[in-house]
Amino acid sequence: MKLTQTLLAGSALALLGSAAAAQDMANEMTIVSWGGAYQNSQLKAYVEPYMAANPGVTVTWDESSSQAVAKMRAQEEAGNITWDLVDVEAADAIRTCDEGLAMEVDWDDALAPAPDGTSPEDDFGDMLVSDCFVPQIVFSTTFGYRTDMVPEGVEPPTGACDVFDLETYPGKRALNKQPVANMEWALLCDGVAYEDVYDVLETDEGVEQAFAKLDSIKDQTIWWSASAEPPQLLADGEIFMGSAYNGRLFSAIVEQDQPIGMAWDWQMFDIDGWVIPEGLPEDRLARVMDFLFFATDTQRLADQAKYISYGPARASSAPLVSTHADLGIEMAPHMPTDPNNAENTFVNNYNWWADHRDDLDAKFQAWLAQ
Amino acid sequence: MALTIAKPTSAIFAAGVAAVFGAFFGIFVGTASGSALLGLLGGAVLIFALGWAAVAFLREQERPARWGILILFVAGGFLFAGVPGIVLGLIFGTFFGWLVYYVASGRYRTGMPPYSTPRQVLWHFAFRTIAGMILIFLITPILVVMPLSFNAEDFFTFTPEMLSFDPAGYSLKHYRDFFNTSDWQGALWNSVRIAPVATLLAVGFGTLAAIGLSQPHVPFRRAIMAILISPMIVPLIISAAGMYFFYSRIGLQGTYLGVVLAHAALGIPFVIITVTATLVGFDNSLTRAAANMGADPVTTFFRVQMPLILPGVISGGLFAFITSFDEVVVVLFVGSAGQKTLPWQMFIGLREQISPTILAVATILVAISIALLTTVELLRRRSERLRGMSPS
Repeated sequence: MKLTQTLLAGSALALLGSAAAAQDMANEMTIVSWGGAYQNSQLKAYVEPYMAANPGVTVTWDESSSQAVAKMRAQEEAGNITWDLVDVEAADAIRTCDEGLAMEVDWDDALAPAPDGTSPEDDFGDMLVSDCFVPQIVFSTTFGYRTDMVPEGVEPPTGACDVFDLETYPGKRALNKQPVANMEWALLCDGVAYEDVYDVLETDEGVEQAFAKLDSIKDQTIWWSASAEPPQLLADGEIFMGSAYNGRLFSAIVEQDQPIGMAWDWQMFDIDGWVIPEGLPEDRLARVMDFLFFATDTQRLADQAKYISYGPARASSAPLVSTHADLGIEMAPHMPTDPNNAENTFVNNYNWWADHRDDLDAKFQAWLAQ
Repeated sequence: MALTIAKPTSAIFAAGVAAVFGAFFGIFVGTASGSALLGLLGGAVLIFALGWAAVAFLREQERPARWGILILFVAGGFLFAGVPGIVLGLIFGTFFGWLVYYVASGRYRTGMPPYSTPRQVLWHFAFRTIAGMILIFLITPILVVMPLSFNAEDFFTFTPEMLSFDPAGYSLKHYRDFFNTSDWQGALWNSVRIAPVATLLAVGFGTLAAIGLSQPHVPFRRAIMAILISPMIVPLIISAAGMYFFYSRIGLQGTYLGVVLAHAALGIPFVIITVTATLVGFDNSLTRAAANMGADPVTTFFRVQMPLILPGVISGGLFAFITSFDEVVVVLFVGSAGQKTLPWQMFIGLREQISPTILAVATILVAISIALLTTVELLRRRSERLRGMSPS
């Protein structure tokens, strides 16, 4: 009796809530993302259908995700929240959540269940790395190489460890100008077992070992900071191989016809998704929640994979991944999660990095400057 | 004019001078293909041999010999580098053919007084060469961008098709992208809305401030001047962060007005400096004379003072306009995504998507800047002519 009453009252409240929200939802939304092909895929898969269903809503894009944490801090301090929904990497979601800059989300309440009724929390599963985080995609940092610059009589590179092999594969390399991924690869390719990488990296000797390995290719390495750089360097023939986000390489290879091959081994998985800034006014929050419910359902996440080769974060979306929107090719073989590409993979340990990032950043910068 | 009679010089001398240039260009060719030293030596030896042979055997047949050198270079260029080599061969062939005979015939002497010493002659030409090289150094980065903006690919790369002048390697798609994308058009529209208003504000306030500060009886003139000019001296990022927090408190952050005010504040120092400079030569007895004839201060300002300081006002306004039009740091802080200006959009484009659309925009902006500066210069000459200040 009591339980039913509570339930009834609860659902009545929820109904009232949603009806009220429909009336006073803000009609403008500022969505923060990464720009480029990735933002375009979000526009096509989420925003355009949403705007078609809700005429009168306007969306402003801000391509500031790379400075999301700093800017959210500044907005919080200035008491002037101008962003409504922010696309960040998992590590940044953890940071903003810990600092109270992002709002906690009750997934089962705020998101759509899978078509078969699986709750969102189970559907996203391990991807839910932070209480504030609503995942969208799985992407990977992996390697691309110039197919026409492979030395004669040598097998083309297959993965991360080939970047350290200057004898077989001479030429310039490009690596991301940050410790994440590079330190792990250095240890892994120096013989440290996969399970031990983070334990070793926690010790000073481990850090030394990683830097020593990186030292062996330092004078042949170009350090990139913008994700558009490695495809540009590869297209230019300036480097032989380099680490890059797999979607960027996909677009250079398939959409731009560049002579680039993929070396998937030990690709580094990472998750990207939404966080909502803390402290939004009621009407704007209502609009964001409405959009989020729509944009993270099973079909929408699968649709995004038509435009870019990033894997949807929901388990229920994977079977719905179809063909490229313009080229009509199957997208599944280009996904980082495809079994052929995912023989050896590395899952970024966000929580470890959340604790050690500042320290290793400083050491890495000092090492770079040597 | 030609006081000095051209005296032919020895073949060794002419070939030697050419060889110096050959060595210089050889460095670049050599660096591109692996060894700078080899390029330097190769360039010097090759050009010396060629120049010496031309002058020693064909001194009198200048015209056919120069054609011969040109053909030799073009053929050599084609053999080594295909179609792009032809272009380089054309440039270098013309240059070296001219240089060798210019020196060999002694024509280089004709522009100088007959009594100038070899050292003076050397310095005369070294000076011109250095000045020319600095000009090339400054302008090449801008010129390189232009052909790349017609690239048919989505990368900043001179593709083989482009280098062989295959029409398939070129396209206008990046220009289409600029004119058809709402992002770029929105950014252009924002810049066009912000820069002129910021300029007007800067010119108005800056001119008034400069006139006020040029009055000797104003107290603390230097201190006030220093404060007003400080946006130019303080690192931009500090002004930007300060403005961000201040504007956030008073509700101006992320608004059109906020960005306009911020840009006006950045432009004011330029106007103050240029107007103050023109006011130095301004004769204050003119305003007293006007007042004596019954003109009130406002009339005096617009009828007497303003026309005389107008050049300073205009050039200050031009600087203020360019400051606002080029500015990316402050607008990133003070603006929100709704005030995305052209430089902001270019900055995003460079960071997130290295696309030649940026180069297309850059080319358009360069063309607009040239047109703008040319117009201002023509207007200035016209007004000088009308006022009889210039003899022509």
